[in-house]
Formats: sequence, structure tokens, C-alpha cells
Amino acid sequence: MQSRKLIVLAAIWAALLFAPYWMAPLGGYTALATRVLVLGLAAMSLNFLLGFTGVLSFGHAAWFGLGAYGAGLTLKYLALSTPLAVIAGILLGGLCGSILGLLLVRRRGVYFAMVTIAFGQVFYYIAFQWSSLTGGDDGLRGFHRQPLDFGFFNIDILSNDIAFYYFVLFCFALAVGAMAFILRSPFGRTMIAIRENERRSRFLGIPIERHIWIAFTLSCFFMSFAGALYALVNNFADPRGLHYSQSGDFVMMAVMGGMRSFWGPLLGAFVFVVVQDYLSSITVNWMSFVGLLFVLVVLFFPRGLLGFFQRSKA
Amino acid sequence: MTLLLLFNITNGLIIGAFYVLMALGLSLILNLSNVINFAHGGFLVIGGYIAYALSPYVGFWGALFLAPLLTAIIGLAVERVLIRPLYGRDPLYSLLLTFGLAFMIEDGTRFIFGAQGKPMAIPAFLAQPLSNDLFFITGYRLFMVVMVIVAISMLFLLLRYTRLGIRIRAGTLDLETVAALGINVGMLRSLNFAVGIFLAGLSGVLAAGQIGLDPTMGTGLLMPSFIAIIVGGIGSLPGTLAGGLLIGVASGLTAVFFPAASEAVIYVMMAVVLLARPRGLFGEEGMMS
Repeated sequence: MQSRKLIVLAAIWAALLFAPYWMAPLGGYTALATRVLVLGLAAMSLNFLLGFTGVLSFGHAAWFGLGAYGAGLTLKYLALSTPLAVIAGILLGGLCGSILGLLLVRRRGVYFAMVTIAFGQVFYYIAFQWSSLTGGDDGLRGFHRQPLDFGFFNIDILSNDIAFYYFVLFCFALAVGAMAFILRSPFGRTMIAIRENERRSRFLGIPIERHIWIAFTLSCFFMSFAGALYALVNNFADPRGLHYSQSGDFVMMAVMGGMRSFWGPLLGAFVFVVVQDYLSSITVNWMSFVGLLFVLVVLFFPRGLLGFFQRSKA
Repeated sequence: MTLLLLFNITNGLIIGAFYVLMALGLSLILNLSNVINFAHGGFLVIGGYIAYALSPYVGFWGALFLAPLLTAIIGLAVERVLIRPLYGRDPLYSLLLTFGLAFMIEDGTRFIFGAQGKPMAIPAFLAQPLSNDLFFITGYRLFMVVMVIVAISMLFLLLRYTRLGIRIRAGTLDLETVAALGINVGMLRSLNFAVGIFLAGLSGVLAAGQIGLDPTMGTGLLMPSFIAIIVGGIGSLPGTLAGGLLIGVASGLTAVFFPAASEAVIYVMMAVVLLARPRGLFGEEGMMS
């Protein structure tokens, strides 16, 4: 069992490492692979909360978008440095999330979802209305990711797509490694205990609210990391990236891939991005098909692709 | 200045009445079935477009009567086929399903009727302003408010005095006991869903007469309705009523002094309410957790 897990893990990382080389012959392109990676990280961050703590946040796009704006604004107004921009994005989204989390932690289930949707929209409106700073409806333009400067050598992630992919993969690996580490720690085990039986965990003396708040905050930090990277991918930050429909897409990616598994959301993001990319290139009514996809997944694959395969194997 | 204030308060009340109509339907479904109906705005659009399609044949009044009814029937079918299988599962699934449904309805209307907005003809005598000084009070606005009041009164009478209404309220408090007493809970949920969708359809027709039709018109009303429910207190229909009017007037008034914030103000109100009184203005203790 352990060795099979290792093989799967090695396969995943090999696929990610060589993605620019195997996606191109299959009709994909490097930028698509980068987008999958970033949105996959976002879906995994959401699933950190949704799948492993059992808390449904439907407003996570807010932290994603804040990360994007944080990175974009830094590059545009403050400093021409990619790492600084990423850090600024993480801090903006993560700190806002952790503060709002304090208001949210006492709610459960649908009510948590409702309040997170509504609060997420606050940030959407701010980005939408504050045109002088954020560019309003047109989004934030006029910044570019900067080449990484290590003093003695440069990595040109601006014009070299493949170099940029590896930069994103490096960030992805950092974040995913941190997530896996947290989930293996006693804290991570406690999160799963809360998911499985909140009342029992409370009787065992676990401070539920504090744990949920910490899990929420961590999830927000990872999410805004993904958001900051997304701003670098597009050299653009879009107010629609904060909208609740974006949150819905993230939840969908997690569910479609399989929210009980660590890697499921990445698979979900891959399928989602590829399907959306394909549909929007062949029909103007792609929204209907994405909607239909939601309905079909919910009705027929509620455990997600990985859950489906695991069950059929068993 | 007084006139401007009055105008915006009236405006706010009318918008608030819409929020209330939407939010009451959402609230009914949420309370009994634990489903956040993301497609509620979609049903509003369906109601509006059905009225638009029917009104050449049956006139405005016929459409006003038929469209909400037909919308409710569509809602009944949707509940039966798509939502019923999800009741026992995590609320996440019904949320995602109605979310996808909202996409399909918006895109479907765009496909059938086109992305361009459509005007909805209303009877000429309703389009007149009622007085020369208060130019903003047209007959139609007054009519809308009356209709909303009638609909809400009917709803509360239904809930208070009919067997169905009493069962709905009982089910909201304790569905298990209601089921144990031999009441068909599946049927109850279906009818309750249909009542909620009827209200959405009615708002669609009324909104169509005021602002015209547009495939995205429902989406804009959805968030304020959520907030009306949260501010008023989840689980309380009078709370939803108060919450809707409150945020309507608040955004109307903000439009006078600081127009850019007229949409943001309702979120600020929500944050303040949640901080000061986490269960909402009229919510029961523990209802939100």
C-alpha cells in the first residue's frame, strides 16, 4: 500500500514536471498548464478547509482575488519585484481572511456558506467601485511580472513561458508541501476529527472555534498565494476573480476531482480548465454547458472523479 | 433637498419590497429544506420572460396572473427531478446544483430571447405619474407596492391559517417530528418550494414592468436578498421582511449622500448586525449555528 502511494505520488510529480512537454503534443499549451497549476492550487487551498475540516466556504474567490490585486498593485505602484509582489498578495488576502474569519467561525453549514458569500461580495464591490486604484470593471492593468534577479544570474520568467511554468511549479510545490505537512501534523488530524464528528471533538476538549478559525486562515493564505500567482500569469487582475461565481468554480473543481482526497482538486481543476477552454472556443453558449456539468456532477458523481475510481476499484 | 430625500426613500422602499419578495421565497426554501437556492434569480428571470411572451396573447393582467403560476410549476418540476435526490446529502450539493442551474437559466434565456434587454408593456393608466409635484410616484410603482403587500399578506395568512402553512412552520422547527406525525414531508417540501418560486416569478413580472427584461436581472437581486435574510435573522420570515425593507431604504438614502457606496452599504449593515447581534435582528438563538 505504502509503495503504491509512493508510485502515484511520483507519477503526479513527474506529470507536473514534464507538463510543458507532454501537453503541447496533445493540443494544450504551456500557459494552459500554468493556469491549471494555479487554479489547482486554489482548489486545493479551498479543499484544505472544505474537504479536511468540513467547513463550506463559498466566498473563497475573495481571498484569491485579493491576492491577485495585492500582487498587481505592488508591481504597479510599489516595487518591481515578483517575489515582493507575491508576498504582498499573500499578506493582503490572508490577513483580510483571518480578520473576517473571526466573524464567521461560529456559523455552520449553509449559514457559513451564506455569510461567506455575502462577505466575499464586499471585496468584489470594492474592487469594482474603486476605479481610481483598481481600474474598476476593466480590471487592473499596466503591470508585468518581473524577471527573477538573483544577483549573479537572471531567470527570465516574463518572456519565457516554460521558465515561468517552472517558477509557478516551484511555488505550487512549496504551498502543497506545506499543506501536506499541516495535514499530517496533530493539528491536521484534529481538523479531520472536527470534520468527522464536531460534537465529539468538542467533548474531547478541542477548542472547535479556534481550530476552525486557524484552518480558515491558513486556507485563506494559501488561496491568496494562488491568487497572487494568477495575477502574474495574466499580468492582469480582474474584479470577476473575486465574484462568488468564481468561488463556485473553485468549489466545483474540488467536488469534481474528489474532495476527500488531497490531489482530487488538482484533477478537478485540470478537467474544469480544459473543458472550459474547449467549450468557450467552440460555442458562445458555454455557460449552459458549464452549468450542465455542475448539475451532472452533483447528481451522478458526488464523490468526484477520484472517489468514483476508488469505489469502482474496491 | 426634501424632495430628493423623499424620492430616494420611496425608491429605497420599492427596491426593498423587491428584496423582500425575493428573500421571502429564498427564506422559505432555506428554512424548510436547508437549500440555498442560487437559481432563485433565475426563476425571477423565467417569470419575467414568460410574462413577456404571454402578454401579447393574454394581456398584462393575464400575464401577471399566469406567469408566476407557470414559474411555480416549472419550479415544482425542478424540485422533483433535480433537488429532491439531494435532501439527505451535504447542503454543498444542492448549492452547487442550483448554482449550475442559474448558469443554465441565464444562458438559456439569452439563447432564446437574445442578450438585448426587452421592454415590457404595461397598461397606459399605470404609467402616468400620480401627481405633478411628486413626479416619481407613477401609478406602476404604487401598483407594485400594493402587489407586494398583497402577496406578502397572502403568504402570512397562508402560513398562519391554512393546514399547509401550519405544517410548513412546524417543519421549519422540527421536521423529524412532523414526519413522525404522518405528514408527507416530501410533498410538503415540494409545495413549499413551489410557493417560494411563485414569489420569485411574481417579482419577475413586476420587475419587468419597471426596469424591463434582461437575462442577468435576477443575479443582481440575489445578493441583496441573501443579506436581507442574514440581517433579519435566518429562520424568521418577519425578520426577512424587516431586513429587506431596511437595506432597501439604507441603500436608497446612501444614494443621496454617497452614490458610490449605495451597494456597499448593505454589506456594511450586514457586518454591523453580525457583530452586534450574530443571530440577526429577529433570529432565534442558535438558528445560525
